[in-house]
Amino acid sequence: MAERIDLNLKVNGADHSVSVHPFARLLDVLREDLRLTGTKEGCGEGECGACSVLLNGRVVNSCLVPAVQAQGAEVVTVEGLAEGENLSSLQAAFLVHNGAQCGFCTPGMLVSATDLIHRCPNPSDDEIRDGLAGNLCRCTGYAKILDAVHTAAEREAAR
Amino acid sequence: MDHKIVGKNTQRLDAVAKVTGRAMYTDDFFERDMLVGKVLRSPHAHARVTRIDASKAKALPGVVAVLTPADLPKIKFATAGHPWSLDPGHRDVEDRLILTDKARFVGDAIAAVVAEDLLTAEKALHLIEVEYEVLPHVLTAEDAMQEGAPLLHENRPGNIVSSFGVQFGDVEAEFQNAEVIFEGDYETSIVQHCHIESMSAYAFVDSDGRVVVNSSTQIPHIVRRIVAQALGLSWGRVKVIKPYIGGGFGNKQDVVVEPLTAAMSLAAGGRPVRYCMTREEVFIDTRTRHGMKLHLKTALSRDGKLQGIHMQVLSNTGAYASHGHSIAMSAGGKFRPLYDFRAIKYEPKTVYTNLPVAGAMRGYGTPQIFFALESHLDDIARKLELDPIELRRKNLIKLGHQDPLTKNVVRSFGIPECIEKGKELIHWEEKKQAHQGQTGHLRRGLGMACFAYASGTHPVALELAGARIVMNQDGSVTLQVGATEIGQGSDTVFAQITAETLGLPVDMVHVVTTQDTDITPFDSGAYASRQTFVTGIAVRKAALEVRQKVLEVAARRTGLAPAEMDLRDRMIVETSLGRTVCSLGDVAMDSFYDRLLAAPITSDTSANVRINAMSYGATFVEVEVDIQTGRVEVTELWNIHDSGTIINPKLAEGQVHGGVSMSLGAALLEQMLFDPVTGKPLNPNLLDYKLPTVLDTPKINAAFVETFDAAGTFGSKSLGECPTISPAPAVRNAVMDATGVAFHKIPLYPQVVFEKFREAGLLAERSVQHV
Repeated sequence: MAERIDLNLKVNGADHSVSVHPFARLLDVLREDLRLTGTKEGCGEGECGACSVLLNGRVVNSCLVPAVQAQGAEVVTVEGLAEGENLSSLQAAFLVHNGAQCGFCTPGMLVSATDLIHRCPNPSDDEIRDGLAGNLCRCTGYAKILDAVHTAAEREAAR
Repeated sequence: MDHKIVGKNTQRLDAVAKVTGRAMYTDDFFERDMLVGKVLRSPHAHARVTRIDASKAKALPGVVAVLTPADLPKIKFATAGHPWSLDPGHRDVEDRLILTDKARFVGDAIAAVVAEDLLTAEKALHLIEVEYEVLPHVLTAEDAMQEGAPLLHENRPGNIVSSFGVQFGDVEAEFQNAEVIFEGDYETSIVQHCHIESMSAYAFVDSDGRVVVNSSTQIPHIVRRIVAQALGLSWGRVKVIKPYIGGGFGNKQDVVVEPLTAAMSLAAGGRPVRYCMTREEVFIDTRTRHGMKLHLKTALSRDGKLQGIHMQVLSNTGAYASHGHSIAMSAGGKFRPLYDFRAIKYEPKTVYTNLPVAGAMRGYGTPQIFFALESHLDDIARKLELDPIELRRKNLIKLGHQDPLTKNVVRSFGIPECIEKGKELIHWEEKKQAHQGQTGHLRRGLGMACFAYASGTHPVALELAGARIVMNQDGSVTLQVGATEIGQGSDTVFAQITAETLGLPVDMVHVVTTQDTDITPFDSGAYASRQTFVTGIAVRKAALEVRQKVLEVAARRTGLAPAEMDLRDRMIVETSLGRTVCSLGDVAMDSFYDRLLAAPITSDTSANVRINAMSYGATFVEVEVDIQTGRVEVTELWNIHDSGTIINPKLAEGQVHGGVSMSLGAALLEQMLFDPVTGKPLNPNLLDYKLPTVLDTPKINAAFVETFDAAGTFGSKSLGECPTISPAPAVRNAVMDATGVAFHKIPLYPQVVFEKFREAGLLAERSVQHV
């Protein structure tokens, strides 16, 4: 097996070439090689959703994706949700509704919610819950996260 | 009182950092050539290590160090996050070593590896040869107390860690004279905190020879002491840094990974070493919530006046004491300032077993006590055909009540209003009517439960908090506290208190959120719902001192006396006329640059808070129970709190939502499971351990009854842990209301519920109906 593998991928709009261990996970490449530490590891087993990122437009648990599988792929992390200092509607709604407490699930939650709103522009409460079912939070009882996603979805729909 | 900032929904100071991914947590810092640590854990619940050979592991390329018990100081230390007690009789139990040669639970730490990368470290673990002499083990408190049971620790006969109880009045006389006596048994299961950020730390030795530990902790100043104690270092040689924390809930009110991580770095010549637990390790070798078995015996009059109670508690604390010795004791005191008993006898026994270690978890044992008591009160009400709400109302203590043991005085008492409000909000009477005569397989029921809680630990422990304010040249201030922001929003609340006191907008209060024990003032940390109450007093004191100094400088400028002026909207105002006399910025510049009188305006103070305030509240809940499947669904829930003045309503609601959801998890889903023969954990992961997802969590409604407590800053009292206490018994009582079946153990998992319904004949009824 090769010692290192050359990996080319686009993250948050920027091209990157990194040399990675064959066992590296997409999460490791993002956090350690690219120092995009907004993406968190909560369990490393695909159960908590803290490491959610968009891979070619679909939400994945980056702890379960071998980095080599992201060859040539386009990845969006929490750092890529805002445009410069302009927060996305979802991020702005999280501020207004106090959607983050400890903040550790927040990046994954935002990424999953972004994916949800893209897939399902006018989501019902059930659809939002379905879209966030893979993201665990222990601080908020999900209440203010749901409020924030509702608000952001309404704003997006009104555009 | 008219406030500009207190009572308003100030946005969290850290909100932008958290939604953009910029907030840095322990694992987000990378040092050059950082090494990783891994731990070898015992496969046996109870075993003595007879031989350990690390030579093959040490020889593996990439391995920097291997640690075994022989490589570490033989200093037993206590891990509980309490202030040090100068009185040796009140110290925490010193029963732990960094690595042990006697495993006391499956997963106890035996050896550790430091390597250049994780894969090498994991490979090296397999190369460590360990021989064990397997010992008999005990998993339940009852078994552990049996004569002849294997002893976990030499100096604890019967495996009893603590059996210190309290009593007042003559409970035996109450039983002799009682018109009615009730007895009941209740049980809670072992659950876990499940903060989404793992337990994590990294350590290195800096260029001055100091041991620096960066840790995800609620108690940085205590971690500093305990790392030094465990390693035999002078306390000043250790420096602890706490960055953003991804949730704690009490698990990080304990010293878990820090001494080992520091030892790993020392073994690697001071190089930086990270030790971040896997989720499985977090389940197995951090802390859990004590599973308790409670026997309640109550004397009362036929019309429901409570007279005496004898409460016996058996608390399973697992393999090491952690907070075990203090939790059962502390939790047993919380119902005294709620219900008026003439006599109370409280007899807890906290017992070692060969299970993972139980410690502090949101509510500190109080949720278990109130699950039993509030279930018991509903059982009594049902038997005596009393209204459960009236039964509680009839027995409430009165404002001004002084606890006979702690001497704490109840200075604000909003529970009667909380009960009234809850009843209205859930439409109790209307729903009761609507639920009459239900016969289908889906049945609805109503339940409620009350609680009382304290604000900090006075008079049991020291309540010391530090605050430091420095006024900058632009009139803004920098606030440092030793208290710990762990997600609850305390930094924002402290900024609000400071801004209110100094007439500043909140964005001119810069709070240093990173704790560094070299720099930030001394404070014992985030626990006991103490921060707004205890640290708030220190922050207010510091802000008042700064205010006075500002007015003194303004007096020099204006010729007015300080008492004639006030601070409003960054201006100094002559109070009687409402006239602006100078700006705060002018005063700040004078304080820095006046050639004769310059002296920067600062306050560096602390508060030793020797007072407490009781917080109150109640849960009102409606459930729908499916008789055929045993599924319990919460269809409406209200948590109503008297936490005094609410400094930030939106943050307060957030605390309620999270606390309620944690209690609902314990009521309906969550339970750590162990193989009854081997003691091996069966579900140490977030798939098999049923942490509520967004699909499992009902809409949670929060409401407040705002009293004013003279002891707290701007009238505030505790809130953080309060919401976790009453939801579980309220749900249990609602299930009884819906079905007539009394459950005595949580969680009410569908299978358990279904089996009990079958036992109770509820399913038989249905099958007859079908025939």
